[in-house]
Amino acid sequence: MLPYLSEDLGNPLSRHVLGDKPREAIEDARQNVAELIGANPEEIIFTSCGSESNNLAIKGIAGAYAKKGKHIISSPLEHHSILHPLKNLEKQGYEISWLKVDEKGNVSPQEAFSLIRKDTILITVTSASNEIGTLEPVGEIGRIAQEKEAAFHTDAVAAVGLQDLDVKELNVSLLSMAGNIFYAPQGTGALYVKKGVRILPLIEGGVQENGLRAGTHNVAGIVGMGIAARIAKDKLSERQKHLSFLRDRLIKGVLESIPDCFLTGEDKNRLPNHASFCIKFIEGESILLHLNLRGIAGTSGSTCSSEALKVSHVLDAIGIDPVWAQGSVVFTLGIENTAEELDLFLKELPPIVEKLRLMSPLTGTDNIDKFRYKK
Amino acid sequence: MSAGHQFNQYSQKVIEHFTNPRNLGEIKDADGIGEVGNAKCGDLMQLFIKVKDEIIEDAKFKTFGCCAAIATSSMITEMIKGKPLSELKDVTNKAVAEALGGLPKIKLHCSVLAEDALKAALEDYQRKKTK
Repeated sequence: MLPYLSEDLGNPLSRHVLGDKPREAIEDARQNVAELIGANPEEIIFTSCGSESNNLAIKGIAGAYAKKGKHIISSPLEHHSILHPLKNLEKQGYEISWLKVDEKGNVSPQEAFSLIRKDTILITVTSASNEIGTLEPVGEIGRIAQEKEAAFHTDAVAAVGLQDLDVKELNVSLLSMAGNIFYAPQGTGALYVKKGVRILPLIEGGVQENGLRAGTHNVAGIVGMGIAARIAKDKLSERQKHLSFLRDRLIKGVLESIPDCFLTGEDKNRLPNHASFCIKFIEGESILLHLNLRGIAGTSGSTCSSEALKVSHVLDAIGIDPVWAQGSVVFTLGIENTAEELDLFLKELPPIVEKLRLMSPLTGTDNIDKFRYKK
Repeated sequence: MSAGHQFNQYSQKVIEHFTNPRNLGEIKDADGIGEVGNAKCGDLMQLFIKVKDEIIEDAKFKTFGCCAAIATSSMITEMIKGKPLSELKDVTNKAVAEALGGLPKIKLHCSVLAEDALKAALEDYQRKKTK
């Protein structure tokens, strides 16, 4: 990456010699990113992040196929970078059908099948929600979408580099990814668009990325993403094994040491690096701050940990009581995490929970409703 | 790290009260109890006061909520203990937030909750007294 931040600063679009090296480097990266998901290099569009990829997919398809129809199928598990564009399209006259989700966070391919109409232009379902980790039946939905001739997009941002994803096997028409999830630099992303599927660009101008994403390339970032993609492919099974071993140990350890606590999402059929819980009677941000003071980082779907002061829409979708959703915590493991670090985490967490429960008026109550509708 | 609400927006004083809350617990024979908030929305505060000769003799709290909710609960108990009832109008949400060295903007409602808890506890005290 470094040469492209210091020496080889030519514009890859330039015809003169300075553009040669950056241009070749980008095409190498494109090859590596394509191979990671079983795509052809010309089917990869480099973007700036996962959110841009998602926006490009949704708005790009909606624009390109508006004449065919204005019906889209999606799920309530989606990231805001899917939900917000969809809600915007709704205002412009598009119709969105929302798939139901079960209590473990699974959507049903059969329901998707039954919702497809003649004017359905897109089905978009995440590969795995980053809040609950459940792996969605992407392959089955892909098969149905193909049979019914609707485009199928999956937001695979949380899954690429952690799951074996092959766009051809899965019958996916569009797939979003973000480089930083598989250890590429932040500010990198890509959208896979199957050959023959049309989209309109978000950013218009130059001819970069076949005119589908104008603007000077982030050469260093793309090069980094290519290298990270190659390593992610080579080490996929090794990483999966390491992470799922730690994940299973983490889940078991938390559930055994903390009473009144439950796992959210599926227990086995989930992202290998992902563990998420609701810890009853206390609030997520308080737990995370205590952990943070001990050098351990996590996230939460509680109201207080969100800028919008809203409880997580994903926890709501899987039917979790909003009072328990306040105690939601998500821990994701990285390839550098060790069993020793995990043991330390498992030692630190129970006393924090105990301390916060001592403060909470909810602790031990058998009637949560009496605390629910007060002013 | 994702950017959003960040822990380093909390002052040292907030963190200190959060990690070592003062006057935690319940007062069994409290003269006034104020309960405000909503567990559904992520914060619920209980404030217990003991009053003698028109002075707050003791105050304790229990809180379900984020760091700011716990820190403001702790701080308000410290601010009211030993104070005559006539001076409690000075204990406003603003005063609590200031005593904590400020709160992140998005967390200012927590100090409002503390002030509401105090008001509710005093109302409860007046109600019990006139009975």
